Amino acid sequence: MNTSSDAKIALLADGTPVRVKQLPPEIHCRTPHYLRGVPGQVDALAGRFRDPSLLAFNKPGLPMRYLYRVRFKQKDIWPDYAGSPADTLVADIFEHWLDVLKEPAHERA
Amino acid sequence: MSAHNDHSQDHSHDHSGHDNHHDHDHDHAHPHAPIESADDPQRYEYVLETAIRELLIEKGVLTAAAIHRQIDLQDSRTPAVGAKVVARAWTDPAFKARLIADPLDTIVDEFKLEISTPLKLVVLENTPTVHNVVVCTLCSCYPRMLLGIPPAWYKSIDYRSRVVVEPRKVLAEFGTVLSPEVEVRVSDSTADLRYLVLPNRPAGTEAMNEEQLAALVTRDAMIGTALV
Repeated sequence: MNTSSDAKIALLADGTPVRVKQLPPEIHCRTPHYLRGVPGQVDALAGRFRDPSLLAFNKPGLPMRYLYRVRFKQKDIWPDYAGSPADTLVADIFEHWLDVLKEPAHERA
Repeated sequence: MSAHNDHSQDHSHDHSGHDNHHDHDHDHAHPHAPIESADDPQRYEYVLETAIRELLIEKGVLTAAAIHRQIDLQDSRTPAVGAKVVARAWTDPAFKARLIADPLDTIVDEFKLEISTPLKLVVLENTPTVHNVVVCTLCSCYPRMLLGIPPAWYKSIDYRSRVVVEPRKVLAEFGTVLSPEVEVRVSDSTADLRYLVLPNRPAGTEAMNEEQLAALVTRDAMIGTALV
């Protein structure tokens, strides 16, 4: 791997408040539409994987991208969510789809 | 809904570079009436598969023996494999700790599994206060090495679209009703991870051995739509 370009990427610590980017549709990016623009927080770093939006075009998918498990409150995804306020959803989101928020969207429970 | 409608359509696949344009989810117009039988030899996918397979064998890319071996490997994967892992985690705290820290290597080491595609596996441990349930909204990602071929409902648009919006309602349809104090945590395997739910060990099973415990663990419990 090209370590010089990797060095520019700041790793996000667990608990970092983030928001999924609201980008135009891409053919194959593995970022579901229902989470775009939704605030959450990093649950854990999952590892580094090939970029699906490049793999989709038969490219090697490099550089590899960090993938995070990001946790969302259901209420933040669906304002009318009728289950318990404790309910959450975790999805695997690539680093280039995340904006770091200055302040947590919510206090961590 | 028909989320429990668990028959037929045993083909399908995980994604490994394409999105949700496969399975039975496509909604483009068909010039013919829908073909219900998965075994219809005239079906488009069957004709395509046969043509590609025969070409690959003819050109020496694959052998018939290699294809049969892969089919045997697929068939050897059933939820019984995952159930053994769960039962051991219930009875052996050191194994459970390693399982959660490094799931795939621990399982491969301990159970001598053959893994054809190295994947990142995550074990989601249920606790008295957190209940995990797994879905793949974008396609049909599933921990096949531990659970075999996913059930048809897991791949259905119905389950995939509803469990992220109203998980408690969907779980209730599976007969799983949870207290509002329990956090329902849906994991959407959107990318390169595969999830196995480690269910809570039921009360009153203290006297059971690993094999007896494994017999209690269902596929649905390891997806998170059921309790043990």
